[in-house]
Amino acid sequence: MSQPAIAVENVSMKFRMHKEKIDNLKEYAIRLIKRRMSYTEYWALRDVSFAMQPGERLGVLGFNGAGKSTLLKIIAGVQNPTQGKVQVHGVIAPLLELGAGFDMNYSGHENIFLYGATLGYSRAYMKERYHSIVEFSELGDFIHVPVKNYSSGMRARLGFAIATAVDPDVLIVDEVLSVGDARFKKKSERRIKQMFDDGVTVLFVSHNTNQVRRICSRAILLDKGLVIAQGEANEVCDIYDNMAADSPPKRKKKQKKPVPKPKEEEKESTI
Amino acid sequence: MFFKDLYRYRHLLREIVVKNIKIQYRHSVLGVVWTLLEPLLTTLVLVFVFGRLFGGGRIAQDPNIINFPIYLLCGRLLFDFFSKSTKRAMKSMKSSASVIKKVRVPKFIYPVANVLSNFVTFMISMIVLVGFVVFFVFAASERNPAPILTWNLLLAPVPLIILFILSTGVGLIVSTLAVFFKDVEYLYSVFCLTLFYATPIFWSPATMGGTPDSGLMMVLNVNPLFAIIEMFRDTVLRGQMIQLRQFVFALVFALAVFVFGTWLFQRKQNEFILHI
Repeated sequence: MSQPAIAVENVSMKFRMHKEKIDNLKEYAIRLIKRRMSYTEYWALRDVSFAMQPGERLGVLGFNGAGKSTLLKIIAGVQNPTQGKVQVHGVIAPLLELGAGFDMNYSGHENIFLYGATLGYSRAYMKERYHSIVEFSELGDFIHVPVKNYSSGMRARLGFAIATAVDPDVLIVDEVLSVGDARFKKKSERRIKQMFDDGVTVLFVSHNTNQVRRICSRAILLDKGLVIAQGEANEVCDIYDNMAADSPPKRKKKQKKPVPKPKEEEKESTI
Repeated sequence: MFFKDLYRYRHLLREIVVKNIKIQYRHSVLGVVWTLLEPLLTTLVLVFVFGRLFGGGRIAQDPNIINFPIYLLCGRLLFDFFSKSTKRAMKSMKSSASVIKKVRVPKFIYPVANVLSNFVTFMISMIVLVGFVVFFVFAASERNPAPILTWNLLLAPVPLIILFILSTGVGLIVSTLAVFFKDVEYLYSVFCLTLFYATPIFWSPATMGGTPDSGLMMVLNVNPLFAIIEMFRDTVLRGQMIQLRQFVFALVFALAVFVFGTWLFQRKQNEFILHI
């Protein structure tokens, strides 16, 4: 048995929710003198444990506020857990909010090297991949135009091309399988499939159980910071679907709505 | 820990430094020329205001000043680097928030890179000082005698390195504070302005009647910028050896601030993401 790609051990995350946000020294000093610093504690994650073998594809399910994003941030190393620890072997490429690391005044060309460096890669390494990135992003001559003049689709395409070009060991996918127009979507799905076949470890966060069933072999279900189910993807997806079906009291909106015109479910999620 | 991360992310550090410099010059027609023109013009204004209008007589009497334009330029260049780099470092956390929230990077790279890129432009602006020195060597007048150049000139990098360490330390401290408290940005601007007047940049201790055991000197002796600027003036203007007391004080102060800054930043950096 090889080393797990990701090992999450008893991870808990506590937040302090201040009643009033104190963000300046004046307020802080006043509170300090009055000795009033009231806050409530809030556990976003409680004792979460799981391990992923290299090449495994794990789905993370849960309603809004269940702690999915916090978990991803902790695994990506952006946040440190209050308790427990996370071990990751290999390079993580977060496919979250593509292009978040871009400098708007910089051209696409320059941003390739900047973003690559942010992920920890040298200029020489990025140079080797430069042409395939430009080609994949389909930016053509726009690559020398400042990113602030890009459309959001162009930005996302470039972000996707860079993040997937660097041969990551672990891919964190947050429902961004749909980038750009239909054609590019197909292309990016092919790229991700290719990475699956190459044995990349995938952490897939989604509300779409169909996607999870299709892509993942295993899944975990989070609710209020706790892992309430974990195991074979189909089984966990069934539990999630059932939960979504029989929690009507919270779903007042649906009843109220006077039969709105059928809305398309598929939403572009390239923030 | 600090230096290990610094080495591991040296590519990122380099990219950000290059980016800052590139972007700074991309949008101005004058480009690099502006880096030279700005200290040149402001120094001329200050020389006119303080050398002629106010206190001109007293400045001429202080043997320590030797050449007022060079004296002033030394102080202004060094102080400018300090205030600009620390202010940029302070804002770096907020301006790179989108990256910090998404990708695991050592956060201190951003303030350090901002101090570093300012150091590069600071070095470029040193050309103005070289121009001044050369000019006054050939065009010395009774009012502005030539600077005294000796082998001690080779010691000029010493105060600059100390200043870099100090600025990095202060940059780390203010960038940590600015994450938690919004008003630190304004308070720090006021602090820098106060420091500008409290440091002998366009005045000298003697012109203010500062005798070695006066209260003024006691205050100045605990101002590390005064020690650093004076050391620099010793080497490029007075041709003197730097004073050991000032050297030890400035170096210890800068290292202490640097160590405290890294400690504070490392201790608090995990909470940054909740506030930016």
